[in-house]
Amino acid sequence: MAYFIQQLLNGLTLGTIYALVAIGYTMVYGIIGMINFAHGEVYMIGAFIALIAFLGATVHFGFGLTGGLIAALVITALFTGLWGWSIERIAYRPLRGAPKLAPLISAIGMSIILQNFVQLSQGARVMTLPPLLQGGIEVMSDDSLTVNLSWLQMGIIGLTLVLMTGLTLIINRTAFGRAQRACAQDPKMAALLGIHVDRVISATFVIGAVLASVAGLMVTLYYGVIDFYIGFLAGMKAFTAAVLGGIGSLPGALLGGLSIGLIEALWSAYFSIEYKDVAVFSVLILVLLFRPTGILGRAEVEKI
Amino acid sequence: MSDWRTRGKTSLSAAVLAAILALPILGFQLSETGTGLTVLARLHTVAWVFVAVGLGSFALTSARAIKWPSIALPAQTSDRLGWALAIFALALPFLPFADRSLIDKATLILIYVMLGWGLNVVVGWAGLLDLGYAGFYAIGAYSYALLAQAFDISFWLCLPLAGLFSALFGLALGFPVLRLRGDYLAIVTMGFGEIIRIVLLNWQSLTGGPNGISNIARPTLFGLTFTARALDGGKTFAEALGIPYSANQRIFFLYFLILALALLTNFLALRLRRLPLGRAWEALREDEIACRSLGINPTNIKLSAFAIGAMCAGFAGSFFATRQGFITPESFSFIESAVIVAIVVLGGMGSQVGIVFAAIILVGLPEWFRDLQNYRMLAFGLTLLVVMIFKPSGLVSRRSPTIVLKDPA
Repeated sequence: MAYFIQQLLNGLTLGTIYALVAIGYTMVYGIIGMINFAHGEVYMIGAFIALIAFLGATVHFGFGLTGGLIAALVITALFTGLWGWSIERIAYRPLRGAPKLAPLISAIGMSIILQNFVQLSQGARVMTLPPLLQGGIEVMSDDSLTVNLSWLQMGIIGLTLVLMTGLTLIINRTAFGRAQRACAQDPKMAALLGIHVDRVISATFVIGAVLASVAGLMVTLYYGVIDFYIGFLAGMKAFTAAVLGGIGSLPGALLGGLSIGLIEALWSAYFSIEYKDVAVFSVLILVLLFRPTGILGRAEVEKI
Repeated sequence: MSDWRTRGKTSLSAAVLAAILALPILGFQLSETGTGLTVLARLHTVAWVFVAVGLGSFALTSARAIKWPSIALPAQTSDRLGWALAIFALALPFLPFADRSLIDKATLILIYVMLGWGLNVVVGWAGLLDLGYAGFYAIGAYSYALLAQAFDISFWLCLPLAGLFSALFGLALGFPVLRLRGDYLAIVTMGFGEIIRIVLLNWQSLTGGPNGISNIARPTLFGLTFTARALDGGKTFAEALGIPYSANQRIFFLYFLILALALLTNFLALRLRRLPLGRAWEALREDEIACRSLGINPTNIKLSAFAIGAMCAGFAGSFFATRQGFITPESFSFIESAVIVAIVVLGGMGSQVGIVFAAIILVGLPEWFRDLQNYRMLAFGLTLLVVMIFKPSGLVSRRSPTIVLKDPA
């Protein structure tokens, strides 16, 4: 029982990280109907910038742990947001209105470029950061095992919930949120009503990139190992999460992320750790086959 | 010209943006020291990025201002060029400058040409973006290696079997997912490619895991081997012809083998295209709803394209296995699929001749300029991006309808 609860906690932590990345997929899909294939790479770049910023702040500028983390969070969010904006501007905006496969191929190109850019500039080695935050609280104890909820896990889950709540409020309550929803429903009509559609799309990419960069920071702290290739798998899983939850839906992204995190953690714990990625891909395929709209998504009506 | 200033402004802002973007990743280097990770500054690289992007952007905007003629080859020229290329490929080993390394490189290029032609059926004609093509390539390679080792079957018997296996896998994997929309299909096929690779990596007892399979049997020509000494009871190629043995013979033989396989793929693909099946592929690519209303079953038609593409990958895979002599799952990663897609896209999505040139550029150039090896994948990515932005229909684009209603007059 204790083992199960521990895995549950680990899965939830992992799931919130996936959920943050999944929001980027879901929001972009909701507004321009394309899969932002390079989003996993944005998360990877976020992780690298976070690591560099954190080390720079603590080693060279003498920040403490808290100061270093806050500096890393701010710097990562700023730079990764700019990366997100630029990716949209370079790879997707010129292709608006092109055949559907064109932006997908340019997105694949973008993702290969980003991966290799990081590999060439930072090396192919795995970067390891020793665990910074240790300790936590004891949730329950069995005769053989103690279930531990670490401070870091609490921080990750808490920060994700705060960001999710904030984003939901922005989307539901502000003028920008209204414009965003309007563009998702009907970009042409929104433009006729005076909404700057391109600007809204750019902002959506920036929000997605910032959230992904926070996820990158979290994963750097949580696992302490990153390399230039982490974006590929994380992107696939977050995309699966977005599809599972219902692409285009914000609560769906959270739900899907948590489910994928739990599936991965429990599968690794009880079946085989080697095939955990296969398990996630199989979930993606099964969902697309039997419920393509996901848990919370709405069916798409094809107009002729 | 008056728009020099606007172009300059655009380039300047691009350069500033690039410098800011490059600052954290390129300007600082993570490095391992005795006590742990630290960062080192190397800000001069950011200045380089600033200059390079500024100049590059200026060149690009200037190039955009000029009206480029499109390199759309008329059907006849394209056909003639194709024949000329085929004759050149046949004659290549007999040309005076053809040495071992050149033929080796040409063989490698031809593998990709063949893969490109196979994938072209799926991507170019049927319009299904398949990002897991390397998975079928892997299945072909592993089927050959395992069959040849377990049952001691010759290459020539294994080749069709490997193609068949790959096609069956294509059918089995394609059947559930081909109903999906284009971009979902791309992601799911990518997932399949990864699943195949992960299974190959972890199914130690069958595939040897990360160590792969080595000592794969070499191909023979009518029972003649290409080794220095014949196996028991057999004869070598050199003995049969009464010529001295040379290691080049095997290289040349492999070259002709892949050339034959590639031309066969090309022939098959071109003939299939003229059948009602091929027309249905193209019709489906253009308008699925219209096709359905005309009574075409989209799933079956797509499935046939998928299976034929997979079969070609299976052939190429077993050739790859026999040429290398050893295979590991690492040869069949997503990058491999991306390279093949890049070849098809650059080749013009549907043009057979375009694919040959694309394979030469994308696979051949990095082979000749070894220093570029590190930048190879970066170049692939840039190619996909730039081609899509400037010419979404590919470089050598000829995607005219294969059948036209003629004026009855």
